[in-house]
Amino acid sequence: MSEQGPALVYRLEMRDVVKTFPGVKALNHAQLKLRPGTVHALVGENGAGKSTLMKCMFGIYKMDAGEIYYEGRKVTIADPLMALNLGIAMVHQELQPIPERSVAENIYVGRYPMKKLLGFIPVVDHEAMYRNTAALLKEVSMSFDPKQKLGTLSVSQMQSVEIAKAVSADCKVLILDEPTSSLTSHEVEALFRIIESLKAKGVAIVYISHKMDEILRISDEVTIMRDGQYIGTWPAGELTINKIITQMVGRELANLYPPRHNVPSEPVFEVRDFTSINPRSFRGVSFNLRKGEILGVGGLVGAQRTELMEGLFGIRAHSKGSIYHLGEEIRITRPQDAIRKSIALLTEDRRATGIFGVLSVADNVSIASLDQYLQFRVMLNDKKIAQLVKDNVEKLSIKTPSGKTLIQSLSGGNQQKVLISRWLANDPQILILDEPTRGIDVGAKYEIYCIIAELAAQGKSIIMISSEMGELIGMSDRILVMCDGRLTGFVQGQDATQENIMALATQFS
Amino acid sequence: MQSPAEAKPRSLSQLGKTLSDNVIIVGIVLLTVVVGVLRNNFFSEANFRNLISNTAIRFIIAVGVSGCLITKGTDLSAGRVAGLSACISAILLQRSDYINRFYKDLPDLPIIGVLALVMVVCAVIGCVNGAVVAYLKVPPFIATLGMQTLVYGICLVYTGAQPIGSLRADYAGLATGYVGTPMASYTAIIAVVIGLLMWFLYNKTRHGKYMYAIGGNENAAEVAGVNVGKSKMTIYMLAAVLYGLCGFLLAAKSGGASVNMGMSYELEAIAGCTIGGVSVNGGVGKISGILVGVLVFELLKIALQFLGVKTEYTYIVQGVVIITAVALDIQKYLSKK
Repeated sequence: MSEQGPALVYRLEMRDVVKTFPGVKALNHAQLKLRPGTVHALVGENGAGKSTLMKCMFGIYKMDAGEIYYEGRKVTIADPLMALNLGIAMVHQELQPIPERSVAENIYVGRYPMKKLLGFIPVVDHEAMYRNTAALLKEVSMSFDPKQKLGTLSVSQMQSVEIAKAVSADCKVLILDEPTSSLTSHEVEALFRIIESLKAKGVAIVYISHKMDEILRISDEVTIMRDGQYIGTWPAGELTINKIITQMVGRELANLYPPRHNVPSEPVFEVRDFTSINPRSFRGVSFNLRKGEILGVGGLVGAQRTELMEGLFGIRAHSKGSIYHLGEEIRITRPQDAIRKSIALLTEDRRATGIFGVLSVADNVSIASLDQYLQFRVMLNDKKIAQLVKDNVEKLSIKTPSGKTLIQSLSGGNQQKVLISRWLANDPQILILDEPTRGIDVGAKYEIYCIIAELAAQGKSIIMISSEMGELIGMSDRILVMCDGRLTGFVQGQDATQENIMALATQFS
Repeated sequence: MQSPAEAKPRSLSQLGKTLSDNVIIVGIVLLTVVVGVLRNNFFSEANFRNLISNTAIRFIIAVGVSGCLITKGTDLSAGRVAGLSACISAILLQRSDYINRFYKDLPDLPIIGVLALVMVVCAVIGCVNGAVVAYLKVPPFIATLGMQTLVYGICLVYTGAQPIGSLRADYAGLATGYVGTPMASYTAIIAVVIGLLMWFLYNKTRHGKYMYAIGGNENAAEVAGVNVGKSKMTIYMLAAVLYGLCGFLLAAKSGGASVNMGMSYELEAIAGCTIGGVSVNGGVGKISGILVGVLVFELLKIALQFLGVKTEYTYIVQGVVIITAVALDIQKYLSKK
């Protein structure tokens, strides 16, 4: 107990936090100092390490190095339960509700109010649970039934439940990770009122958001992160939107992207009135794509961009709309259909829908193009496959000890290159790249940009979803913007600015 | 990246890792050696012949189940399907002069024809398993557990729960026959051929690559254009065909069949696969590993027998080994996270 932190200016301090995932250094000596009774905004581009830092604080991830001081005392937070016991609560970016259980049970899961039946059998005190829940919901200005199944609520209502849950834990530190990404402006105001009242009670609040106006309005201090590193902490009053963005990006945008020599020509792909079977997802989307064009796709989280692309690729079903390839209507109901029409999709979540972790680089490269390597109709030609792997490793400068290495031991950037070569092996004419540089180190990002530029110069058509403004503006010939499942407009690459894209991306909110 | 000075300790630690990864194999082999030294008739020809034919039959089943395991599924109907196949084979290949013949006036059928027939019957069962798993998305554990009971029921109804004996000499001779040396029994040769064919299928064909990909990451496989449903159908169907072959051989070996034949073979097969490095987390598993796993599991059974452990107790030991094997496999996966 001799290890005392500095004087109790801070409720919680994180010092020199390091966290490495296979292939990428997510946090590199990150810092955070929270004062009681303040809102502390944590900002940075996607992949800057904000959520990772918070997951370290909340005990979801184990830090490789670094220290956490809570009220001046050095603590080790091994799991979320420990964090909760200390008084740290977190509203996750991706909600983790149990839709088949009631609102009340979702709020009290893991810490149900108990009573003794017949004086000795411990049972859940449902009465107390429902009563407390009703009071809590009132506090966050929500008026639904505590017994209602959580799954029947809208996303924003579920978000409110999550916040009510955090409030109910009587926390001293509250982490809000993108709490407004799916809220209406009315609901945002309600949230801000809750934040103010928590502040008055002395709670230290971490507020992660991409919305600059919100940050400047609600926060007292701002910590900026970039590529897993701590850039600095400023009083919110000293900052402007421009100052924050400059610190977030940290370098001249002009040098970040390679020169492009592609010349968009005639349209090769057209989508008309494309509508999901899910009424909350994409609807009425029409656009075309030119040969040799890089079409950026912008929008906020939840704009249904990924869903749209997965719909076009046959992973998700659509109820209405048509797709034309070289002027001819095509039907795509499953990925094989799309692949046959020379379309490739590099998915957003590399781990979940991209790599085969336990398989070799060679298997990962060749899996989508095995048809080409059959001899005598059944046997695969190992020599040709080895050649394909060798060619791609050289062409995309994939750093791997050999083709037999398991892909999970490569860095994120190299895994991404392996996935790109998987699709290039099919010689696709249309490549849909969903967040192609997510979770990749800065150096590798530039290499991916070069590959994209080169592919477009060869006359391939690229659709690139990106949540990084710089990347969208720096790489696209044209930017399609979506908001709430609908296409809200196009911006030409040379005219694109953060502001005009954001205006389209928030059209319905 | 590795400096030469570090190379040696690394290969030593590599050896240590290999040993700890295969702790069950190492343990059982040590046990066998000890038993071999203690019991002088352990290293006898008869014992080896017995070991080889037991291993051969169980290897065929295990190879079938391995495809299901590699794609993160399982097949608990394996033993009962083999049992049904054994019963049908025995019924159709009874001696014509046998008084209690199941079909009194059945002409002598060609053995190969009967084999083909039971394989087709089993293929149909496998297709149902595959369809339920792949298209109705019933968890394989439940789907095949249901099929296990269902097939047992069919077998009971069909045979009337009567044991079937007095097999034709040419059929029973399949089990006793051999080429050159008694070690190279027909059963062993068939198992080797199956092993080679399956090795080819797993390593040299599209189907094999798709199978490993589905096990490695089913969603990614779907995105990469793999027809996951079709692949799974093929896997479960092929597995059942192998159980069919196994049941056919089993009846010949036993000189008859009964409804309880093949019971709980699926568990031994899963044990053999897991001990041999097939991961229940999917995407990993080799034919050679399965052979080692099955062989080692058979060695364990024989060693216990020679030690004079009562059958009741051997079940307990086998259960412990199976759970341990899967637990160790899962730990390997967890430590990677």
